[in-house]
Amino acid sequence: MAGSRSFLSKLRDGDEIARLITFLFAASVVLITVLLVYELWIGSVLPRHKFGLRFLVTQVWDPVMDNFGALPFIYGTVVTSAVALLIAVPLGIGASIFLAELAPPRISDTLQFFIDLLAAVPSVIYGLLGVFIVVPLMREIIYPALNKPFGFLPIFKGPSYGVGFLTAGIVLAIMVIPYIISVSREVLLSVPRDQREAALALGSTRWESTWKVVVPFARTGIMGSIFLALARALGETMAVTMVVGNVPKISASLFAPGYSIAAVIANEFTEATGDLYLQALIELGLVLFVLTFILNGLARLLIVVTSQKGSGRGNQ
Amino acid sequence: MKRTIMLLAAALAFGAVVLAQGSLSITGAGATFPYPMYSKWFDEYHKKFPNVEINYQSIGSGGGIKQVTEGTVDFGASDGPMNDDQLKAYQDKHGFGILHFPTVLGADVPTYNIPGVSAELNFTPDALAGIFLGKITKWNDPAITGPNPGVSLPANDIVVVHRSDGSGTTYIWTDYLSKVSEEWKNKVGKGTSVNWPVGLGGKGNEGVAGLVKQTPNSFGYVELIYAIQNHMPYGKVKNSSGAFIKADLASVTAAAAGAAKEMPADFRVSITNAPGKTAYPISSFTWLLIPSKISDTGKREALKTFLKWMMTSGQNDTEALSYAKLPKEVVAKEQKAINEIQ
Amino acid sequence: MNSARLRWRKFVSNFMLTLTGVCAFVSVLVLFLILGYLVFNGGASINWAFFTQLPKPVGEVGGGMANAIVGSAKLLLAASLVGVPVGFLGGIYLAEFSGPKIASVVRYAADLLNGVPSIVIGIFAYSLVVLPFKHFSTLAGAFALGLMMIPITLRSTEEFLGAVPRMLREGAMALGASKWKTISSVIVPAAYRGIVTAILLALARVAGETAPLLFTAFGNRFWSQGWGQPTASLPVVIFNYAVSPYEDWHRQAWAAGLVLLGLILIVNILARTILSRGIAIPRG
Repeated sequence: MAGSRSFLSKLRDGDEIARLITFLFAASVVLITVLLVYELWIGSVLPRHKFGLRFLVTQVWDPVMDNFGALPFIYGTVVTSAVALLIAVPLGIGASIFLAELAPPRISDTLQFFIDLLAAVPSVIYGLLGVFIVVPLMREIIYPALNKPFGFLPIFKGPSYGVGFLTAGIVLAIMVIPYIISVSREVLLSVPRDQREAALALGSTRWESTWKVVVPFARTGIMGSIFLALARALGETMAVTMVVGNVPKISASLFAPGYSIAAVIANEFTEATGDLYLQALIELGLVLFVLTFILNGLARLLIVVTSQKGSGRGNQ
Repeated sequence: MKRTIMLLAAALAFGAVVLAQGSLSITGAGATFPYPMYSKWFDEYHKKFPNVEINYQSIGSGGGIKQVTEGTVDFGASDGPMNDDQLKAYQDKHGFGILHFPTVLGADVPTYNIPGVSAELNFTPDALAGIFLGKITKWNDPAITGPNPGVSLPANDIVVVHRSDGSGTTYIWTDYLSKVSEEWKNKVGKGTSVNWPVGLGGKGNEGVAGLVKQTPNSFGYVELIYAIQNHMPYGKVKNSSGAFIKADLASVTAAAAGAAKEMPADFRVSITNAPGKTAYPISSFTWLLIPSKISDTGKREALKTFLKWMMTSGQNDTEALSYAKLPKEVVAKEQKAINEIQ
Repeated sequence: MNSARLRWRKFVSNFMLTLTGVCAFVSVLVLFLILGYLVFNGGASINWAFFTQLPKPVGEVGGGMANAIVGSAKLLLAASLVGVPVGFLGGIYLAEFSGPKIASVVRYAADLLNGVPSIVIGIFAYSLVVLPFKHFSTLAGAFALGLMMIPITLRSTEEFLGAVPRMLREGAMALGASKWKTISSVIVPAAYRGIVTAILLALARVAGETAPLLFTAFGNRFWSQGWGQPTASLPVVIFNYAVSPYEDWHRQAWAAGLVLLGLILIVNILARTILSRGIAIPRG
C-alpha cells in the first residue's frame, strides 16, 4: 500500500477529506440511533426503578395516585393489531396471489402502483375517514350485524359506542394491507418458475399449484410481510387515537373502548405533570420501541431468507 | 447541484427575514374551558395591537400547568388552580413563584344525547355521582326519572363521556362530585386527571362535545359555551338550597358572589356547590398562570398590558360567549396584583 | 380418472382465483374511495379563503388555513436540511468509501431508525430540542421530521449510486480523476434523478406525519415568526378540527385532508413514474 503519510498530508488530499466528511455523516446516523435508545432508557428511570417489570403487567393507570401500569395499553395495542391482521392478511395475501400469479404483468404493475399510493396515505387522513365514515358505519351496520346474532359471545357483548377496539382494528387493517400485498407479491414473484410448472405438469389446477406449492415455498417471506404489517400497526398513532375510545381498560368485547401505547402518549404527553407520570409515558415509548424493533428484525430475517431461497442461493 | 443549494439557502434566508416581521410572539397553553373566550380575546387584542401575537393552544389545564412549569410556554391557563405541591415545584424549578389571575367565570354543564329527548332534564347530585360511578347505568333509572316526571326516558344504557386529557373542566366536575358524594370523594377524588370508573375519553372540551354529539345515549360534562355553540341540550342541576338551576350568566355570577367578597390573595378558590338560592352549583373561575418574573421586557409589558385590557374592555366580550364577568371586587384586587409581575 | 372430481377441482380453482381478484380489486378500490370521500366532503370548501386566511376564533364560521399550509411548507424545508445532507452524504460513504462491516452497522442503524414509531421520534425530539431551548418550535418539528427522512434518503442514495454502471466509474478513473472528482462529476450526476425522486418520496412521507409534531411544533393560530416559534401544520390542524364538535371545522378538515393527500399523491405519482424501472425503492 502507499507508504505512511502524515495525517495532515492525507487531509490535503481531496479524497481523504471527502471520505472523512461522508464518514462523519454516516456515523451520525448510528450516533442518533444510539442517542435515541439512550434517551428512552434514561428518560424512564423513575418508573423502571419504582415498578420494575411489574410495569408490564399492572392494569392500573392512575395519575392521581402515581400508580402506572402498561397492561391496558399493551392489551389495546395487541388487540387492535390482531384484529387488523385478521382482516388484512386474508385480503392481502389473496390480492398478492392475484397480482403475482394471475394478472398479466402490465395490469399487475398498474395495480401495484395504486397499492403503493395507498401506502402513502397519511395516518391522520385515515383517522379523518375513521371518525366520519367508519364510526357511524360501526354503530349503524356492523354492530347490529354482529351483536344481534352473536351477542352472547364475550367478544361481541355489550353496548356500542361507535369507537372501540374493532373500529380501530378495521382502520388499521386498511392501513397495513398495502404492506402485505407489496412484500408478498415480490416474494411470490421470486419463486422459481420450475416449482409452478412441475406442479402443473403433474396435473394440478392453477389454484392447487399456487396454494399448495408456490405459496408454501414463499411462506417465510409472506410471514415476513405480516410481521412488517404488524410492526406498522403497533406504532400507528393518529388513526387509532381518533377511533379507539381512549379508555385505559381491558375489556373482552371488541366493541368496548380501549387505548393503545401510541395513543396514550399522544394524548397525555404534553400534560403529564410530575416526573413519574411523564417518565411512565416515556417507558411506554420504550416498550413500543422494543416491540417494533423485535418485529422488524424478524420480518427482515424472514424476507431475506425467502428471497435467497427463491434465487437458489439459500442453504441447500 | 450548486444552484439548487444556493436556491435553497436563499429561500431559507427569505423565509427567516420576511416572516420575522419584528412582531412579538407570546405562547400560552392550557385550559380548553375558556378557549372560545381566549381565542376571541387574543384575536381582538391582535387587531388592536397588530405587532403582538398571543398564540394560545388549548391542550387542557394539565398541559397548561405542565408546560408553564417546564418553561416551554410563556404563560399557562387552568380551571383547576395549581395545588401547593405544584406551586412548590414551580418555585423550586425557577426560583420565583407563579401567579394566578382569574379571567372569567364559567360553568360545567351536564350534556346528553338521548334519541327522542330534547327536554331539559333535572339532575340531582346523587344522580350525577351515581352515573359517573357506574352505579346508575340506564337512562330510565329512578334517580333520573324521579326529578323529571313529564319526560319519557328510554331503557337504554348510558354512555358516559369524560376527558381523556388532564383537564380543569374535570377538576371542577370532580371537585363538585367530591363535595356532594362521600363515595365519590373516597373512591375517585378530585383532580385534573382521575381514575374514571366508567366512560369514554374525549380530548379537550371539544373532544367530549364531539363524542356526545355523535354518540346516541351519551352523557358528558362540558363548559357551557361548548353545549350552546353546538346546539346540544344540557340539564339543570340541584343546588345546595334544593332548587334545580340552569347554568347561565345570572346563576354563575350568583355562585361567585360569596367568594368575591372573601377572595384570597392568591385568587385560588373553589365555588362549586356554592350557597345561594339562585347559584349554579358547578361554576368556577378560570385562571391565567403568569410567572412572577419575566425577564424579557417586551413580553412582560405585553402580558401586563393584556391583563389590564382583559380586566376592563375585555370583560365586555364575555357575555356574548356565555361566560360571566368577573365580580368588581375581584377585578380591583387583580389590578393591584398585576404589579407583582416583575 | 374421476371426471366429477376433476370438475370440482377446476371449479374450486376458478372460484378461489376469482376471489383473489376480488381481494385485489377491493384493495385498490379503497384508494379511490378515500379520494372520493375527500373530494365529496372537502371539495366545495377549497376556496380562496381556505388558502389565504387565518383561522377565526373558536366557534365562528369561516377563516382558513393559510398559516398551517405555510407552516407545513417551512417544516418540510427545514426537515430536508436535516434529512437530506445526512442521508445523501452518508449514502455516498456507504456506496463509495466504506468497508463492509461499517456499512452493515450504518445500514442496520438506518433500518432501526426507520422502524421507530413516529410518536417515539416525537419524544426524542422533545427531549433533545424543545426542553433545552425551552421552546416549542418549527425547528424541533423539523428535526423530528428530518430524522424520519434519513433512512429513506440514505438507503436510496446508496442503492442508486451502486447501480451506476462500472463503465462510467472506470472511464473516469482511467482519465486520471481522483475518487472524489469521479463521485461528484460522474457518479452522482448519473444517479441524480433517482436520488432526487427518492428525496421527494421521503418528503411526501413526512408531510403527512402528525404525531411527532404534537409536542415539537405544537401549534399556532397566527403566523409563525422565523424558525424558533411554534407553528401550525396541516396534519395537526386536521386532527384538532376533526375531533372537535364544530361543523365548520369539520368542513375545513375535509378540505385540508383533500389538499394534503392531493399533494402527497401528486408527488408520489411524479416520483415513481420518473424513476427508471428496475430499481427498487426501499419501503418507507
